Amino acid sequence: MLWAAILLPDLALDAVRRSGADPDSPIALIDGPPQRRIVQSCTAPARKAGVHAGQALAAARALLPNLIALPDDPKRTQGLRDVLVAWAYRYSGEVAWIAADALVLEVGGSLGLFGPWPEFERRLRAYLIELGVTHGIALAPLPRAACVFAACRDGFGVAGADAMRRALRRVPLSLARLPDVSLLTSMGLRTLGEVLDLPRAGLARRCGEDFLAQVDRLVGRLADPLPRYRPPDRFEARIEFDAELRSMEGLQFPLKRLIGDLCLFLAARDGGVDTVEIGFGHDERAPTTITLRSPAPERDAMQWFGLLRLRLERLLLPAPVSSVRLLANDLPPFVPVARNLFDTASTAALSWPQLVARLEARLGDGAVKTYLPAADHRPESAFTTDASASARIITGPRPVWLLPRPVPLRDRAPRILSGPERIESGWWDGRQASRDYYVLETSVGQRAWAFRPAGAIDGPWLLHGWFA
Amino acid sequence: MNAVVLSDVLRDPRVWQGPRHAQPAVEPTGHALLDDALPGGGLPVGSLVEVLHEFDGTNELTLLLPLIARVSRMQHRIVFVNPPYIPYAPAFVSAGVDPACMHTIQDCGDESLWAAEQALRSSTCALVACWPRQASDRQLRRLQLAAEGGRAIGVVFRPARMAMTTSPAAVRLRAGVRGIEVLKCRGGNARARSVPLSSVARC
Repeated sequence: MLWAAILLPDLALDAVRRSGADPDSPIALIDGPPQRRIVQSCTAPARKAGVHAGQALAAARALLPNLIALPDDPKRTQGLRDVLVAWAYRYSGEVAWIAADALVLEVGGSLGLFGPWPEFERRLRAYLIELGVTHGIALAPLPRAACVFAACRDGFGVAGADAMRRALRRVPLSLARLPDVSLLTSMGLRTLGEVLDLPRAGLARRCGEDFLAQVDRLVGRLADPLPRYRPPDRFEARIEFDAELRSMEGLQFPLKRLIGDLCLFLAARDGGVDTVEIGFGHDERAPTTITLRSPAPERDAMQWFGLLRLRLERLLLPAPVSSVRLLANDLPPFVPVARNLFDTASTAALSWPQLVARLEARLGDGAVKTYLPAADHRPESAFTTDASASARIITGPRPVWLLPRPVPLRDRAPRILSGPERIESGWWDGRQASRDYYVLETSVGQRAWAFRPAGAIDGPWLLHGWFA
Repeated sequence: MNAVVLSDVLRDPRVWQGPRHAQPAVEPTGHALLDDALPGGGLPVGSLVEVLHEFDGTNELTLLLPLIARVSRMQHRIVFVNPPYIPYAPAFVSAGVDPACMHTIQDCGDESLWAAEQALRSSTCALVACWPRQASDRQLRRLQLAAEGGRAIGVVFRPARMAMTTSPAAVRLRAGVRGIEVLKCRGGNARARSVPLSSVARC
């Protein structure tokens, strides 16, 4: 195993800078109760003026009247941490936060793909610099050792276990990222090597078992399991527009990018998604939200974009769009469709669920119905779209076409072919039917299914179906 | 002079006989008289069939019912696009149709041709019946191509007056009270212009 450590000593300030603050202005992050604000960290211009961490805000203000004091916002910092860890996950399957300010990734397995280490390191650095994050990077066979090296000398890399141990021995105790070392320094110990040479029993008695365990993990005498990072089961992305967009054509490009991002994310976690929510933000108006559904977990950008385009054709936006947002909440595992190598089916071929998804994307949810017979004597209740029902009661002739509601039959003298068949039912649900059904032949030869109120000998016919 | 029998000549491999037209696959309609009348003995798979009728309730669906029943029992899908009324499930069941394989897209108006084309092209449906509000020659040609691509039978129901206009459909039938008239069929002349449908098959 070979671990790269990325040390991020100034994460909170980096997050502030990323949110749009001017990097050259003196900024200090503060914390503590209102009466006693303490400077947590500060930018270089502030540091130059003498502001330092641990100082009271009042003292800092005295040194630098135009100091911008911002409260430390853990949420903002966490946002940046999430971005960084997701980015690191692209390079390795084993990524972990080893400490609040240190990210480690196992790179031994990734070197073949991302190149020899110097090339790999350049890639990592390029992104961090682009992001504007203060960082140190080092490489070592053990994750904690790599962190220590990153703190001591940025860019240090060692691959062999022996070389790593030799290098560790020279590390000053103050930089070894160990808990409280003041006792050891007061004993005159300066480097990690000197601590390692001490008798273990004595060291444990003086500094505690915990301290010894920390040292053991650092040098690899003790196993060091790390909480491995797992990408979140949720994807959310958003694009804000500088100017409001009025045309659908203008929206296609940003939406394509969002879907591309989603599919990349899905590919990275080897998952799919079956429901995607897309929100169009408007100024001074509630956002318009549409939901796209795919029959099976899908991560093909073209497939999703195809569904979206069908939906957009029908969509009427109430106002110009100022932002778009894409949200995928439930990310089930993706099972790609197994295809025959010599499959001759045309490329346009879809599976039935895919076809239904496509049709419903354009025609509205539930557009594709499957009528099944239902156990009810009333013709209008004798069918259902509910797949769980499986009863059938059929008596007498039934027409293939049923009118949604009966209409008067416009025919002067229909001939009665058969009937009457009395249907009297439904007193329990308030839609009671009490009718005498006849099969009629109209003057042009159509065969109709019509009824009169039960018991009526003459009177107008009400047409309820056609025998087609 | 030696008498040469034609069949012997044809058997000679050196005689080139031109490209033989592959007989397209057909699906029998299930009406014996109609199947006899149609070349190949049924409706050609991968093509468009046009059914013209003046009034509702004049055999236009009876024509297809045995085919629908057979296809559905093989668990192939049938899609009704924009039918004028509700396909009444109990009646289809009593005609031997498995209703779980019959799907309906109701009231899609102008989108009906699009929906029918998608269903035909997807090659998951064996039969797609469509009742378009109106269809131009070009739109019908698209359906014909989609049916070819998806190896499905497309059926378009149109008013009887459209019999006067040309159509790209492979088979054109006119349904009436007395039976079915074959107006056009690709691949040969119809052996009978007009066939009665057995009254047993009705309803």
